[in-house]
Amino acid sequence: MRRESVGHTLLVAFLLCVVCSTLVSGAAYLLKDRQAANVVIEVQKNILSAAGIYDEEKHNRSDVPELYEKHIVDLIVELDTGRIVEPSELGFESAVDFNQFKAASDPELSRKLTSEEDIAIIKHRENYSHVYRVKNTDGSLGKIVLPMRGYGLWSTLYGFISLDADGQTIRGLTFYDHKETPGLGGEVDNPKWKSQWSDPDETKYVYGPDGNVQIEVTKAGGVSNDPEKRKHQVDGLSGATITTRGVSYLLEFWLGPLGFKNYLEQVQSSETSGE
Amino acid sequence: MAKSSTLDVFYSPVFDNNPIAVQVLGICSALAVTAKMEPTIVMCIAVIFVVAFSNAAVSLIRSQIPNSIRIIVQMTIIASLVILVDQMLKAFAYTVSQQLSVFVGLIITNCIVMGRAEGYAMKNSVGMSFLDGVGNGLGYSLILFVVALFRELFGAGQLFGAQILPVTGEGGWYEPNGMMFLPPSAFFLIGFFIWALRTWKPEQVESS
Repeated sequence: MRRESVGHTLLVAFLLCVVCSTLVSGAAYLLKDRQAANVVIEVQKNILSAAGIYDEEKHNRSDVPELYEKHIVDLIVELDTGRIVEPSELGFESAVDFNQFKAASDPELSRKLTSEEDIAIIKHRENYSHVYRVKNTDGSLGKIVLPMRGYGLWSTLYGFISLDADGQTIRGLTFYDHKETPGLGGEVDNPKWKSQWSDPDETKYVYGPDGNVQIEVTKAGGVSNDPEKRKHQVDGLSGATITTRGVSYLLEFWLGPLGFKNYLEQVQSSETSGE
Repeated sequence: MAKSSTLDVFYSPVFDNNPIAVQVLGICSALAVTAKMEPTIVMCIAVIFVVAFSNAAVSLIRSQIPNSIRIIVQMTIIASLVILVDQMLKAFAYTVSQQLSVFVGLIITNCIVMGRAEGYAMKNSVGMSFLDGVGNGLGYSLILFVVALFRELFGAGQLFGAQILPVTGEGGWYEPNGMMFLPPSAFFLIGFFIWALRTWKPEQVESS
């Protein structure tokens, strides 16, 4: 039977591969721009949602670019000093063009973390990061939205935390990209769990009296009854110990001295001096 | 079913030989994506598309496929189509594609798709295979649709995100059943569905 010959088998396999790979790569190529635009909107939506501007009930995706334009200021901050950097200093026309994840893999623009420093397991930390500020109606800068990332169980979680202009009061937390187990670690997306970070009756705070990052995600059901401790504790997800521990560590890292602490201190001092 | 009519090919997988209810295939995604109607519908469309076109493609080249690599050939075709669907969703229905996450990719391993390619498309004409694919996709969709209907309605009092039953949290009378949001509830619902279907069509009951 000719159909079963080795030559014919190889030929069929080869032709099939050519057709299928053309199909797949063609689709990927043609749809790339559209997909990239969706990702940008998703990131903007998450910034808005962490800042409490985007409301799932009231808005939909098509409102995102307009809301973002209206409410958000995109800044670049030098993490080691907390100084705000003009995009032109880094050779960019506007802050949007700066890709901090790309910068994190560029030895010139990043810092290799030692295993002790690297609690969020990100290996390299970029020297500059985006910081998003919410414009108040009077034009002054309000809430601070900070990008964060860190490793959970299977994947790096990418997200945002939003703080009041005091750099201390937490107003929201959201992740926009991760590959944690749906239903377990993936529940970091659950609105009910996320609402703990923005509950007006039980506001959470980042730093303890000693100035160190105190906020943590406890084991499921492990939130203390002591109101002083509760201020820094968020209930973990049951069945997702490693993911929640990852969230704790990434908060500790990004709000700590290697993260945004320097910037937040500057914001605080300018707030109290009544700039 | 050696020589069945065109209509039979199309209808039989919906009720008489439903891939989920009778063959109990494709359960995994039936549990995972049915908590809400919207992602369920998109998932159904994706599966119908993949089964129909993989069946047609396999049937088209069935006389050329060497027996020794036929499973690999089928898998390659199915996987390419699934990637295509996944790319389309990411471009045109981003929110839903986020909700469906890995389950679109997992259509590749959905036994229904593979089963139809191997069991039907390898022996039948392109047109009939396509119809068989659509029919099986619809059979799968029917179950998912019913399961999602119950889960969203009783789990959140909503359908397609619109409030149908006023929930107690917002001053209504309906206390949402949280279990409906957990995968086991889909098991129970599929169980009830199979029971109902077999009461209606007793010939589906396996002889003991």
